[in-house]
Amino acid sequence: MSTRTFKVWRGDQTGGQERDYSVEVEEGMVVLDAIHQIQRTHAPDLACRWNCKAAKCGSCSAEVNGRPRLMCKTRLDDYPGDAPITVHPIKAFPVVRDLVTDVSWNYEVNKKIPAFTPKKDADWVMYQEDMDRVQEFRKCIECFLCQNVCHVLRDHNLKSQFFGPRFFVRMAGLEMHPMDALDRSELLKTQAGLGFCNITKCCTEVCPEDIHITDNAIIPLKERVVDKFYDPLRWLFGKK
Amino acid sequence: MAIQDKYEIHEHDVIVIGAGGAGLRAAIECSAMGAKTALVCKSLLGKAHTVMAEGGIAAALANVDAQDSWETHFQDTIFGGKYLNNWRMVELHAKEAPERVRELERWGAVFDRTTDGKILQRAFGGHTYRRLAHVGDRTGLEMIRTLQDKGVHQGIDVFMECTVTRLLKDGDRVCGAFAYWRETGRFVVFKAKAIVLATGGIGKCWKITSNSWEYTGDGHALGYEAGAELVDMEFMQFHPTGMVWPPGVMGLLVTEAVRGEGGTLKNSQGERFMEKYDPKRLELSTRDVVARAIYTEVKEGRGTSHGGCFLDISHRGAEYVKKKLPSMYHQFMELADVDITQQPMEVGPTCHYVMGGIKVDADTGASRVPGLYAAGECSGGMNGANRLGGNSLSDLLVFGKRAGAGAAEYTKRAAPPTIHDAPVEEAAREMTGYFGRPGAADPYQLHLDLQTTMQNLVGIFREERDLQAAIAKLDELKRRAAHVGITEGHRLYNPGWHLCRDLRNMLVCAEAVARAALMRKESRGAHSRIDHPKYDEYWGEHNLVVRKEGDQMKVEPRPVVKTDALKPLVEEKKAKEKQ
Repeated sequence: MSTRTFKVWRGDQTGGQERDYSVEVEEGMVVLDAIHQIQRTHAPDLACRWNCKAAKCGSCSAEVNGRPRLMCKTRLDDYPGDAPITVHPIKAFPVVRDLVTDVSWNYEVNKKIPAFTPKKDADWVMYQEDMDRVQEFRKCIECFLCQNVCHVLRDHNLKSQFFGPRFFVRMAGLEMHPMDALDRSELLKTQAGLGFCNITKCCTEVCPEDIHITDNAIIPLKERVVDKFYDPLRWLFGKK
Repeated sequence: MAIQDKYEIHEHDVIVIGAGGAGLRAAIECSAMGAKTALVCKSLLGKAHTVMAEGGIAAALANVDAQDSWETHFQDTIFGGKYLNNWRMVELHAKEAPERVRELERWGAVFDRTTDGKILQRAFGGHTYRRLAHVGDRTGLEMIRTLQDKGVHQGIDVFMECTVTRLLKDGDRVCGAFAYWRETGRFVVFKAKAIVLATGGIGKCWKITSNSWEYTGDGHALGYEAGAELVDMEFMQFHPTGMVWPPGVMGLLVTEAVRGEGGTLKNSQGERFMEKYDPKRLELSTRDVVARAIYTEVKEGRGTSHGGCFLDISHRGAEYVKKKLPSMYHQFMELADVDITQQPMEVGPTCHYVMGGIKVDADTGASRVPGLYAAGECSGGMNGANRLGGNSLSDLLVFGKRAGAGAAEYTKRAAPPTIHDAPVEEAAREMTGYFGRPGAADPYQLHLDLQTTMQNLVGIFREERDLQAAIAKLDELKRRAAHVGITEGHRLYNPGWHLCRDLRNMLVCAEAVARAALMRKESRGAHSRIDHPKYDEYWGEHNLVVRKEGDQMKVEPRPVVKTDALKPLVEEKKAKEKQ
């Protein structure tokens, strides 16, 4: 059995630094296994979030060698050689301790999105072709990696004016639901700040669920907003 | 200093502990009935173990097989539970599950569809008809997200990453709970007229498990300590198919939907061995039977090199597999380098679900402690000796709603409770006591020893001397746990500290399982005794009930809860299965 060095960021709001830990490597091991081993053998107080260990709950987001990843899905043999592997907390949210960040802002944003509201005359006959589109968005496991890499949030910290890719995905799922009666385009245009997104697709690249966030959620939502607020014909003849 | 000056205090009509399917559904119901409701959970909202449920929700909607009915669902469940289930619970479950599924759809859940636009249903082990409403292989995620989004708009106060360590009592009744914030380590006191426990299972007591860190039997132990009874604790479900390779993912769940969609099980000699164990149902036999079959094949030398058997779905074609089992496809591709559209998976049993739990009234979810309710996996009675796949998600919805309503109703007639200072101070002392203990026992090592004990001595097959040895070992672990402590870090998000407390709950649950397993001298459902391999008539009529008496754990048989009106259905099923 070989060993591998992990450089894990330890600290809290007041600051911190990387610490080195030596981990015994087994075949097929993932980064989360290494973190658990470090807890057992070196640092019982090492803080990290995890639940399912199967890429279904989206709890164990971190930055591994600088790349935002789910630790439970990141295999050590993806990093050949014996160079140390660094593990840091995700950057777009304030650190609580070690690998744990304060993601509560996301839960506050979620509350601002009007819930699914069925049409009065809904007969609930829905076809798989229509479901496919919505189901893609419902795959989201809320790992917030898309929020983490979105430069509007990460670099410009426009959290007060922008909901972020996760919540455009959520709103796309509602807007495209065949039985939903609400129109959320006003919210998208104003409070949600959809216009800030300039479709660099960083979110799509990191999505562990392979949701085509930009192409299938954000761009169609942008089109809806344009149709509603900037369509010259509608503008001339008034909107129904 | 009085506790109200010392601790953060929140007052509600009802607090729901646990935010998986049952807890969310209970909280939605409470709050819809006008009760001021708090939802307290150990993880972030939406991360509970319900997201791991893959295959579907069992409900006799009869969308695919028109012959299906609540009566057949009732019979399948009773047969699956080997006649130890609480009949009334099974009746309510079978009757109400379809409405709970339709309700979920009205709240925005997006199920897979039939060609005529209805909710699609798939086959599953032990279900006579195609019965499981599903979303590919991520049904639990769909359910939890739907409930979460419904819940946030309903004025429920959510306390995330907050762990309850004690239920507080005012005389006989519950009056609140003591908890700590995981993030800061600060203490918090909840004052409430009623409490709904919905904390899930106890799977972290075993080494090979599909369960997450949260599954430490908190609700079971909190209820037990507060005077509630536990029932059917000897019945622990080992899911037949967990991953066995590579080592890091051992135990990770492989959904039964693989078999529901036509997956076959073979041993290393290429034999479709289920033909020997259940020629009628084959791979879609009940979970207890399939798990024992795989275990036996491996033990008798017909296993794979990694100690499992082969599960193959490749004959269904790549497109179909990717569409209906997307997360399984990715799970094997990414974690095991196996392309399940081309190659078989290697699988073996993994600890998955506890049938046993807090003994509750079927209609209201009430325990025997006034004001204390329970629903979902931490309650008992619905599943008897073995749970059918798909009955868990429906159980969460049916009895989550009922327990929520039961608790809300109770608060209308209950007087405001009083919280006494002494138990609060004692609870606080317990939590701070884990720090600064000289020569403290390591919580991680203790946990590993507990898991090894349960895995080796209280596993799929059991016998008297192993169970005796387990109880002795658990006694030793309890003594060591009295000195457990944490030397590193402080109260800020410290998982080692959290584990110190979780261990206590796990030890209560492990002991209950071992003691009940020792007493049940027969084999039935998920409980297989090498020294008592057959069904026993007396035990077929009795559940085992565990309760606290002084400092002692007492176990005693109690007749199965039956309903006269349901007798013909049960008799009909018994006769049919004997043919």
